[in-house]
Amino acid sequence: MSILNMTALELGRKIKSGDITAPEAARAVLEQIKTQEPVIHAYVTVDQEGALERAAGVQEKIRRGELTGPLAGVPVAVKDNLCTKGLLTTCSSNILYNFVPAYTAQAVLNLEDAGAVVVGKTNMDEFAMGSTTETSAFGVTRNPRNPDHVPGGSSGGSCAAVAAEECFCALGSDTGGSIRQPGSYCGVTGIKPTYGTVSRYGLIAYGSSLDQVGPIAKDVSDCAALLEAIASYDRKDSTSIPRKDLDFTGALVDDVRGMKIGIPRDYLGEGLDDEVRAAVLKAAQVLKDRGAVVEEFDLSLAEYAIPAYYVIASAEASSNLSRFDGVKYGLRAEEYEGLHQMYKKSRSQGFGPEVKRRIMLGSFVLSSGYYDAYYLKALRTKALIKKAFDKAFADYDVILGPVAPTTAPKLGESLQDPLKMYLGDIYTVSVNLAGIPAMTVPCGQDSKGLPIGLQLMGDCFQEKKIIRAAYTFEQTGEGR
Amino acid sequence: MSRQYETVIGLEVHVELATKTKIFCGCSTEFGGAPNTHTCPVCTGMPGSLPVLNRQVVEYALAVGLAANCQINQYCKFDRKNYFYPDNPQNYQISQLYLPICHDGWVEIDTAAGRKKVGIHEIHMEEDAGKLIHDEWEDCSLVDYNRSGVPLIEIVSEPDMRNAEEVIAYLEKLRLMIQYLGASDCKLQEGSMRADVNLSVREAGTAQMGTRTEMKNLNSFKAIARAIEGERKRQIELLEDGKKVVQETRRWDDNKENSYAMRSKEDAQDYRYFPDPDLTPVVISDEWIQEIRDRQPEMYTEKVARYQEEFQIPEYDARLLASSKHMADVFEETTALCKKPKEVSNWLMVEAMRLLKDRGQDPEDMAFSPGNLAKLIRLVESAAINRTVAKTVFEEIFVNDIDPETYVEEKGLRMVSDQGALKKVIQEILAANPQSVADYRGGKEKAMGFLVGQTMRAMKGKADPAAVNKLMRELLG
Repeated sequence: MSILNMTALELGRKIKSGDITAPEAARAVLEQIKTQEPVIHAYVTVDQEGALERAAGVQEKIRRGELTGPLAGVPVAVKDNLCTKGLLTTCSSNILYNFVPAYTAQAVLNLEDAGAVVVGKTNMDEFAMGSTTETSAFGVTRNPRNPDHVPGGSSGGSCAAVAAEECFCALGSDTGGSIRQPGSYCGVTGIKPTYGTVSRYGLIAYGSSLDQVGPIAKDVSDCAALLEAIASYDRKDSTSIPRKDLDFTGALVDDVRGMKIGIPRDYLGEGLDDEVRAAVLKAAQVLKDRGAVVEEFDLSLAEYAIPAYYVIASAEASSNLSRFDGVKYGLRAEEYEGLHQMYKKSRSQGFGPEVKRRIMLGSFVLSSGYYDAYYLKALRTKALIKKAFDKAFADYDVILGPVAPTTAPKLGESLQDPLKMYLGDIYTVSVNLAGIPAMTVPCGQDSKGLPIGLQLMGDCFQEKKIIRAAYTFEQTGEGR
Repeated sequence: MSRQYETVIGLEVHVELATKTKIFCGCSTEFGGAPNTHTCPVCTGMPGSLPVLNRQVVEYALAVGLAANCQINQYCKFDRKNYFYPDNPQNYQISQLYLPICHDGWVEIDTAAGRKKVGIHEIHMEEDAGKLIHDEWEDCSLVDYNRSGVPLIEIVSEPDMRNAEEVIAYLEKLRLMIQYLGASDCKLQEGSMRADVNLSVREAGTAQMGTRTEMKNLNSFKAIARAIEGERKRQIELLEDGKKVVQETRRWDDNKENSYAMRSKEDAQDYRYFPDPDLTPVVISDEWIQEIRDRQPEMYTEKVARYQEEFQIPEYDARLLASSKHMADVFEETTALCKKPKEVSNWLMVEAMRLLKDRGQDPEDMAFSPGNLAKLIRLVESAAINRTVAKTVFEEIFVNDIDPETYVEEKGLRMVSDQGALKKVIQEILAANPQSVADYRGGKEKAMGFLVGQTMRAMKGKADPAAVNKLMRELLG
């Protein structure tokens, strides 16, 4: 078995036992990056020197017995919207083309404390706005399973990097499905944790009330281990929640007997690709065969999730992105007269069309006279969606459904019709609005050989239930 | 003027809170410091940074709200006020619009016309902005974010005031109250207290409000009084000419004693306020409110009453001493040390007030230690120095905070109590001034004053004038 084929935990064990060193693992990944990147382009920045230096440092700590965790020495990738001190952090936007943060995001610090070695920063849709990683200012990322297709987005770089073995696991962020959807398209596993589980300090905000950092990995075990490493209570993030149940690897149990699983009928209706539907229902059957109680139910309100999501996320984004003005950092237009023009030109040149569209949409829904009709109504819808989930979780341990209506589209297909692209988020955004955890785990592929993802959703703080269901499904081998 | 007009005034007062650290990060609020040295990723709006509320800000806001008889919103939130300006690093200010911490209160003011209540519409918490520095020489603008994130409360009054006197009384009341609470030093000149004046006029007897203007850049009570008078006249003249008052923000120029329009209502920005998703709602329990209530210090009225009762100080003096929190503190601390309240009160009311006036200072500027004043009072009490010398020593304490005991020794100011030595000096003076001696003996009482003065001068003031007088009369027979 080559180093690259291993999972993160397998590699971690080999490093611990001394069979492989951290620098060897880093070199293997950097070599793979060299061969894959010309086609895949998963990374915005590869920090070759830094990675080797950190790997050597980690190896030394392992030798001295200071680092004993399961991820010590494992090369990881980090989405380019997480701040890394001294390392370019662009959000795949021109406006931050030269931005080098003065501090590191808490989630990344936690990862480094666990001994993981950051090799680079992955490509994404600009400011995490998009579903294909095509809105990046620095070029598209291609799907390693078929380079004619998109990897999904916005964490497309992280998912492609894992799928192409350009890292062992990666960090992404999920505001409306940005970990789960590309995970599904690329055939990897990813978790969007309960809101407040992973610190947002250092995550460059898109929709603050919806954003969560989460793990992307080759399998469920790696995902659980990675989430265990990055989750923490952080006083620097007011929305961070102190939890005592962060031992997610404890949920890697191959048993779903008696587990109640609900499938929302709304998630199987019009617009869902037949092959995706078949794969998801087959996965449900597999879990049923393993002893779970599976039934369909009406979740309701699913149709309102997309408008509510785009109103809330865009409103927050319009304010969050106002700090990018050319005054303090990032791009400043070269020629301008006066302050007003400097703002206007810098922002016009710095932001791409999708970001501009959402800033305008968000500014509109917050403006005087429209606030009640759009923003407040969206907040009320959000509360109703949370209630609908509360009701569902009174009956079910886990809710099961597809991640996305289709498998990965071809490059260039999606951006022509933004509204259609937004509708592709139908199965993922409700999770963010409700703040609940959800994950994607591969459940087969379509006739073109493109991966299909199974989405498992849990109630707030019930990551362990979905990890257990996903692990049990994965162990059957039916997902491959 | 044919018609009678009534002026209607409401105030928006910003007060910088005296917390050690900023409202949403751990940076120091200390004034001064090289530009951008009291900053961090949070208060410079770095990508990915997040605000965390300083608990002390809530406690100060609660203390002020309770003192101003306000209702407390026990579930309050922060909102973002969105606007672009370089002194505002995020291009939004974190403030409170929808659910401010305090609302519907009142304070009582005293003017020549009597006592009256001024309503408080609301008090909300917010962050201050940085400072823009325009470098004319280099033709560029620079930003200093040291002030960015310094906590403020904004106290919005009801339009209950009718003239400048009431406005000043209201501001003085607020200032004293907030100083007593220790929530701010409230210095208008230094900007730790800032007032915007909303003013309209209407024909006397009408119930409907006239169109109001908002006036900014008022840096002293005097400027506020002048601006109110100027704006009242301007609006009445407009109405008298059959013109309309335009709703606008005006900037007062105290040098020109004139205001000019900054922006009209039509140009008013849409701030697109919405709840800040980075901050969780502030939930204020009954217990927390009670805790703050229990911790409220003795306020002005209680202090005045106590001074009269406990120290037998006349009401007028008690009011003067209590009219500055710092003055009251100095009074109480000194009294605790020397147990001579009347003496302490005299020194503060007469000498300290005189020096403050001469130097154009406020009582808050007194920087000497109560211990030194207490020592001075003991020196006078023990007749170690006389009152004339004591006044000079007090001035030294006031200006340089010297230790009076050391100072008196070093300068050799201690009174000569040796009768023999004193007698010798008097005899010398008498011998040197035979004419004055003759005049005195001839019945001219004035000559005595001259001879005593000569003696005091020879003694360099270090003698007790009463003792000199007594001894001289004996020697002159």
